[in-house]
Amino acid sequence: MSITIYVPCDSSAVSLGADRVATAITNEAAKRGITIELIRNGSRGMYWLEPLVEVATANGRISYGPVQPADVSALFDADFTQGGTHPLYLGLTEEIAYFKKQQRLTFARIGITDPVSLTDYINNDGYRGLKNALNLTQEQIVQAVTDSGLRGRGGAAFPTGIKWKTVLNTASLQKYIICNADEGDSGTFSDRMVMEGDPFVLIEGMTIAGLAVDATQGYIYLRVEYPHAFEILNTAIASAYQAGYLGSNIQGSGKDFDLEVRLGAGAYVCGEETSLMESLEGKRGLVRFKPPLPAISGLFGQPTVVNNVISLASVPIILDKGGDYYRDFGMGRSRGTLPLQLAGNIKYPGLVESAFGLTLRELLYDFGGGSASGRPIRAVQVGGPLGAYLPEAQFDTPLDYEAFAANWTVLGHGGIVVFDDTVDMAEMARYSMEFCKIESCGKCTPCRIGSTRGVEVMDEIINGRNLDKNIPLLRDLCDTLLNGSLCALGGMTPYPVLSAINHFPEDFGIDAKATAA
Amino acid sequence: MTESGTTQAIVQEIIATLKDKPGALLPILHGVQDALSYIPAESVPAIATALNLSRAEVHGVISFYHYFRDTPPGKQTIHLCRAESCQAMGGKQLEEHVKTRLGIDFHETTADGKFSLEPVYCLGNCACSPAMQIGKDIYGRVSEDSFDNLLNDMEKLA
Repeated sequence: MSITIYVPCDSSAVSLGADRVATAITNEAAKRGITIELIRNGSRGMYWLEPLVEVATANGRISYGPVQPADVSALFDADFTQGGTHPLYLGLTEEIAYFKKQQRLTFARIGITDPVSLTDYINNDGYRGLKNALNLTQEQIVQAVTDSGLRGRGGAAFPTGIKWKTVLNTASLQKYIICNADEGDSGTFSDRMVMEGDPFVLIEGMTIAGLAVDATQGYIYLRVEYPHAFEILNTAIASAYQAGYLGSNIQGSGKDFDLEVRLGAGAYVCGEETSLMESLEGKRGLVRFKPPLPAISGLFGQPTVVNNVISLASVPIILDKGGDYYRDFGMGRSRGTLPLQLAGNIKYPGLVESAFGLTLRELLYDFGGGSASGRPIRAVQVGGPLGAYLPEAQFDTPLDYEAFAANWTVLGHGGIVVFDDTVDMAEMARYSMEFCKIESCGKCTPCRIGSTRGVEVMDEIINGRNLDKNIPLLRDLCDTLLNGSLCALGGMTPYPVLSAINHFPEDFGIDAKATAA
Repeated sequence: MTESGTTQAIVQEIIATLKDKPGALLPILHGVQDALSYIPAESVPAIATALNLSRAEVHGVISFYHYFRDTPPGKQTIHLCRAESCQAMGGKQLEEHVKTRLGIDFHETTADGKFSLEPVYCLGNCACSPAMQIGKDIYGRVSEDSFDNLLNDMEKLA
């Protein structure tokens, strides 16, 4: 039987040495005269085990990890190509509890297939959604997405079907589909994993979106910090063109859709959809006033769908299996699954795709195994740098958009950053203001000036000066940012700042009673 | 050809290839920075003319985006992540170490021209914090020791 070995090409795996492991395996096999086929797959998302090497056996794929180049010779000695035992042996990959407990819909193929192989994609249920979509009317496609209950996974959770319907109903000679791949939130990497691990699912999702609303041009606005994703996307797009899945007359349907990747240039604010469109138009990424909505007047003034990577990558399975299938996962008004990302000080960091409804505590302890340092978890920031810090008392909150909103917290893009008890929350609040100051586009005063003043006030507070005046001043400033900013950057910076002061007043030199404002 | 003549020729070629794309300015600026490692002030007039923009508009775009630079970087640029996930795993201490070891602050280049240091706000490698990027290569779970080893290896190669 031929030997197939998988070593991820995912950039996080590569950051831990996956390329060197792949080379070592190839060289060692050649030295021993063993013929192998080495496939660079995406990551399974269990990053404490990366680089995770898998071997195909008659019983399924067996994994070993974390593997370093120095382990490779011993792995061959242990006959790992036949699933032999070794200290790094982990058994069947799909039986690893962390993986087995998940419900992978959007991530169904990631870590399994060769990301740039169109054949592999098609053999693993790829392009079934598009095939169905080509037999539906535009209204039926939009209806399927509406029925699925899919809400924007970028953070704002706006119903995707309604956005599409608005674009469909706005007449224009040219419409656009934009994929917002400017995944700038700390603690998030699910978009990156999709683009590096299953780029065709995003291409398929965007193509379906184009069919649904009559858009013939798509852009993936990708952050420049993702060079691996850029390469993989471009390779996949070229294959899709070659096989007639992009370009004119897609699969003989008479429909056209062109797709291009555009790089950002390190501005966090360009993840805000109107700033992103300014950037795509070749301008400074200044936020636009809304209305008009991008769905009415977006890129180059034309009706535009702007969706996050995960939203678009969830569309193919919805069109393949039906809106009802997807909707039957989840709770309340949060339907389907959310790819959660466990990061920071956590023992088992990684990607957990699960139906909405899991509690934060289950995620942190059952999946995450507690902190990496072994110290108590003190604070958890959910939803990126504009998300609130949650104390232990809120760990039983279910992962659901409305349950989070009720706590004055946000689920956002599903990034979870864990801090142990060595964290200084006043320093984190200062950092939030500093981040806003660095990344503010400068268009509105509350964000541009308020963030600078916020850093100054935090410095006063950290130095213990005039707390009785400076704490109310900080709250007042947050109120101005919250209510007066043009977009979420200024408007949500108060979330981490105020949650830090409300839940961890002792770090600000004040006692809990004094904070009841 | 003079050095400035060569620069202009490279810039003109990039402009010619990309100027007809809708929203061509960012692709052109990326093209120039990829080719020359920065965007020289002398390339701005040509870009502005080709896109029917003012020089001020082109300059405004260059200065808006953190990634674009108008001065040459060192041979290697080290992008060190400052974001929350890396902070939760000792990113701040690593930052101090890197600055001390290189003898420079953020946005500076070492006197020997080998390394530039830039902050970055997330490399998407948050499951392997703290993270940094050197050139196009990304490194995860970086410790003070592993950083020193990397630097030593690169200095040997340089």
